[in-house]
Formats: sequence, C-alpha cells, structure tokens
Amino acid sequence: MKAIIKGKAFVLGNDIDTDQIIPAEHLVYKLDDVDEKKNYGRYAFSGVPIEQSGLPHGNVPFVKEETWQSEFTIVIGGKNFGCGSSREHAPFALQVAGIEAVIAESYARIFYRNSIDGAFIAPFETTNHLSQEVRTGDDLELNTTNGILKNLTQKKEYQLSSLGDIEHILHGGGIFEYARKSGMLKQ
Amino acid sequence: MSSRAESNDDKTERVEMTITEKILAKHSGRASVNPGDNVWIDVDVLMTHDVCGPGTFGIFKREFGPTAKVWDKDKLVVIPDHYIFTKDMHANRNIQILRDFAKEQDLPHYFDVGTPRYKGVCHVAMPEEGFTRPGEVLFGTDSHTCTAGAFGEFATGIGNTDAAFVLGTGKLWVKVPETMKFIFDGEMPKYLMAKDLILAAIGKIGVDGATYRAMDFSGTAVDSMTMEDRMTLCNMVIEAGGKNGICTPDKTTTDYVRARTNKEFECFYNDDDAKYHSTHHFNVKEIEPTVAKPHSPDNKAVVSEVAGTRLDRAYIGSCTGGKISDFIAAAEVMYGETVKIDTFIVPATTEVANQIKSIKVKDKTVMQIFEEAGCRIGDSSCAACLGGPSDTFGRLNGAEVCISSTNRNFPGRMGSKKSQVYLASPYTVAASAVKGVITNPREFFN
Repeated sequence: MKAIIKGKAFVLGNDIDTDQIIPAEHLVYKLDDVDEKKNYGRYAFSGVPIEQSGLPHGNVPFVKEETWQSEFTIVIGGKNFGCGSSREHAPFALQVAGIEAVIAESYARIFYRNSIDGAFIAPFETTNHLSQEVRTGDDLELNTTNGILKNLTQKKEYQLSSLGDIEHILHGGGIFEYARKSGMLKQ
Repeated sequence: MSSRAESNDDKTERVEMTITEKILAKHSGRASVNPGDNVWIDVDVLMTHDVCGPGTFGIFKREFGPTAKVWDKDKLVVIPDHYIFTKDMHANRNIQILRDFAKEQDLPHYFDVGTPRYKGVCHVAMPEEGFTRPGEVLFGTDSHTCTAGAFGEFATGIGNTDAAFVLGTGKLWVKVPETMKFIFDGEMPKYLMAKDLILAAIGKIGVDGATYRAMDFSGTAVDSMTMEDRMTLCNMVIEAGGKNGICTPDKTTTDYVRARTNKEFECFYNDDDAKYHSTHHFNVKEIEPTVAKPHSPDNKAVVSEVAGTRLDRAYIGSCTGGKISDFIAAAEVMYGETVKIDTFIVPATTEVANQIKSIKVKDKTVMQIFEEAGCRIGDSSCAACLGGPSDTFGRLNGAEVCISSTNRNFPGRMGSKKSQVYLASPYTVAASAVKGVITNPREFFN
C-alpha cells in the first residue's frame, strides 16, 4: 500500500455486488498468468448497469473497449460494497484494472477480508456520503497513513475512518507476509 | 458422541455464550471469547470447488512451495459443481486443475466430474456425504458455505488467499461475530416454506442488516423443520450480509448426521443469558408467501402484491432451492398440471436427481409429474443460478423475466443484465409456472 494514492475517482452507488464487479462467466481465467489475468481488468465492473456506471451521470465505461486498464485509480462506493459471493476475483479484478483504493460507507465482509488478506486494494471506510459528493473523474489524493482524502477538483478534504486492526496486514502485503512477520509461519 | 458442552474451565468467571461463540472459543483454545475478539482458530473442514479451487491451489504453491502437501488431506473436500456441463475451454481446464491437484495430493474427498462419485452443488453434497457436523468449523471458498450452520456448526465463506492459508496451516483468523436472534414461532401453514421465512427476515433487516454478524434461528417453527428447511434459512444469511447462520442442534440434526458419518462431534447450545445484538420475533402464521423483486434479495413483497406479473421463465434449483424437499413441494403443486412458461428443473446433486425418480407424490414420481407438466430437467450443478458460461442450462440470455427458487437476483446474476429475477419458494415458483404469471401458492392449497 502506497503512502499517497493519487488519481481519478470512479463513483458508484449502494450494494455493488460481486456479480457487478466481475460477472460469474468471467471467473474462468487463470489468476497467475500474466496475459490471461488481463481479462479480469478488461471485464472489471462490466456487470454494473451502464446508467449507474460512473455517477452522478452514469454511462461512463470503467475500462475503455479493447483495453484492460482503467483511467481511474480510486473507487468511491456507497453502502455494502462488495456484497454477494466470496470470489476473490472481485478485488483482484479491480487491482488488475489499476484500482489502488476503494472508499465506501460500508463493506460486505468477505470482499473486505479478501481485499486485505490478499492486499489487492486498500478498503477505506467513510462516514460521509462521498458517493453523492465526489464526481466521476475528480482528481483525488488519499493519504493512507492518516486517512485524509483530498478532492483536488472540488477543493474539499475529508477524514476517513481509521483502517484499525487491518492496517498492519495491508502494510505487510497480505496475510502470508503478516503471518511470517508475526512468527506464525516460518520465514 | 455428542454431549452438552459447557465452558466450565473457569467456574469463578463463567461467561454466558452463544453457540457461535462457544465453537470459536473451543477452536481457539480459549475458555471464552467475546464479539469483536480476533482469534486464530483450528479448521475442521475446508471445502473448495471449480471456480475458486484453481486459484486457491495456485496461491498455496506460491506460498508453501511447489512440492508442499496440504495440512490434512482428510479435512479437505473438493467438489466441482459450478461450470460443469459446458463447452467453455477455460471452465473445463479448471476442472482438470482440480483433478490434477487431487491426484498429486492423493485426496480422498474429491468428487470428479464424469465418474459415479460426481455429486453436484457443494452445499447440498457436503451434508449428504457427512461433512457437516455439529460443533465444527467449516470454511469454504463460496459465500453460501453458511448453509452448513443448519447443523449447529460455524460455517462461512472465504476467498482464495484465506483458503490457501488454511491449506498450508489448518488455521485462520476470524473476528468473533455478534449474534442476532431470529425466533420463528407457530405451526407452519401448509402453503409456506422456509424460503418465505428467510425472505421475510432479509426484507425486514436489509441486505446489510446482519453484516459481520451471526444469525441464530430458533423457535417452534424451526424446531419442527427438516434439516433441508434449516439449510434454506442458513443458506441465505449471506444475503443479509451475515457471517454465519446457526441452528441449535437437536435430534433431527444428530439423526441426519449419524446416518452419514461415524465421525464424533460435539453439540453446543446457547446459554440462557448469552448476549445478542438484537432479537427478532416472527409468528409464522402471519407470514405470507414472499418474493424478492428485482434486483435485490431484500426487495421484499408478499406474493399477493405482485400476483399477475408476467413471466417468461421459471427455475427451480441451486443450493437453497434444489434439494429433494424443494422438488417434492414443486411436484405437489404441479401434479396433473401443465406449465405455461419455460420451466427449468435442476436437482442440486446426483443424489437428489436419483430421489426425484423414486419418490412419489400420490401415484406418480416427482420426475413423472415434472415431465408431464412439460418441465425441462437438467443435470446436477449450480447451472444458471449464477449465470455462468453462455451455454449454461437455463441461463437468462436476454430480457427474460424469471421466477426462481435460487438465492440472488442482483443485476445480471442469472446471465443477462437485461433480465429480471424474482426470488421465491418452490411452491410459489411452481404455482407461477403453472399459471404463467406470479401466483400465490395458497390457490393450490384450498
């Protein structure tokens, strides 16, 4: 996890489920093959109904056709982000597409846990209704150490909730690194 | 065998606990745990399937080395069930990866496609094969692993990385969840099913109403339920964001389990003064047949509110709605009738598929009733519950409106983003299939 994450915002609403993040038909590609895994970036958020894709206006493709990486770096969501299945392909797909952090009002627990234990993306929580304030394409700067989010476009600043217990797992690079450092696993 | 377990380790500071807390305490080697505690627990069973197994095995080898062996091969269950009857090259490759891993690791509990051991939907196959036992900890790389909470065990879904960690160590960290209590009292009306109860509960608390928490089901209606009905309740706790579902084990539980395994197990019970996050009472006589409208499992309506809605398709199958009791229920409604819309029947497992050929409703087998009604019957697997490859049996490939006994109706869940899915009990799905529009099953029980 970088100390400062900088880039464009992609804004979504409440209850973004894992079928919207990566539709089930795409769960067949290898996760550890350099070329094949690009498909997860290519189809990330392809299950989001287009009118809700990139709020407030919608109709913004997350990944442009013929590419596998997104121009966006930070996803802003509402409540219950990542609900549904346990597919780790969901946070993985966002990582492959180039997402470094998600900021949502709340998370479904398996998505949250997968994001952390695999260290795919940093899942920050906020008490602000950011999905109604931030606009898709806004330039954001997130300080992952103190949890301060700057909206450079709108010249606004927000204090996000602390990552809490999970911060050292994310900083360590996932559950395996954490377990090695804490002596649970042999180096 | 089973015994009433009490935490007597420290008699001076006896902590009153829920079933979930007792199981997590025992598996973390502590006398007691409290909600919010992060604990490392020992895993009794790890289950994986064709969608997440290959990724899990890949991470296992990356982290523990190419020649590493799983921590305990008797505790690993591998059940291909998601994308089985498809020409999709990548999906078939995933099954081959499971097959190769099972061979390499000499796994005793692999249920291969194309052999008599093939089972189908993992969450129904697990109990059938005796892998769900009271008091144990079960992790699975599938969110509906929570189904097994019906047996009085801690069961929840995890991702590939966590599963790979378990494969190498037999342990995982969990945060102890608070427990929400759901009490269903009263005698179940003939037209009502466990599916209606859980849809009513999710409609009440919302799709994130139980996030991070355990959902405990009790009451006289639950006491009189079969294991399959209790599985339907626990299956859908994830649709409220729940970490696990739990039912108190009783004679129904132990009879079911002992008929399928010789392994010893220990039953845990809620202490009288255990603390709950909240308690929700329902009188089942006041619950009407219920649906979840598109596109969310908490978009609740009673059937009478949406009766007459035009339908293109009906679907009966999945871990929550493809068990033998679900098909017997559907057959009771379809007996002597003809379906007016395309109706797809997918027995969850090969055992269920065999049962529908032998179990009768009145003078006909369940299979005969479906065939005479004009249903299409598919091979056991997850099939169209989660869409899957484009050639999946029953998949919604366009703007169809479908009523389904499955558990999720998110946008595009069963295939096309243009489709609309209503979730309902097998009774309601069967009644609607016969009429061609959403229909209250009470019409068939007068």
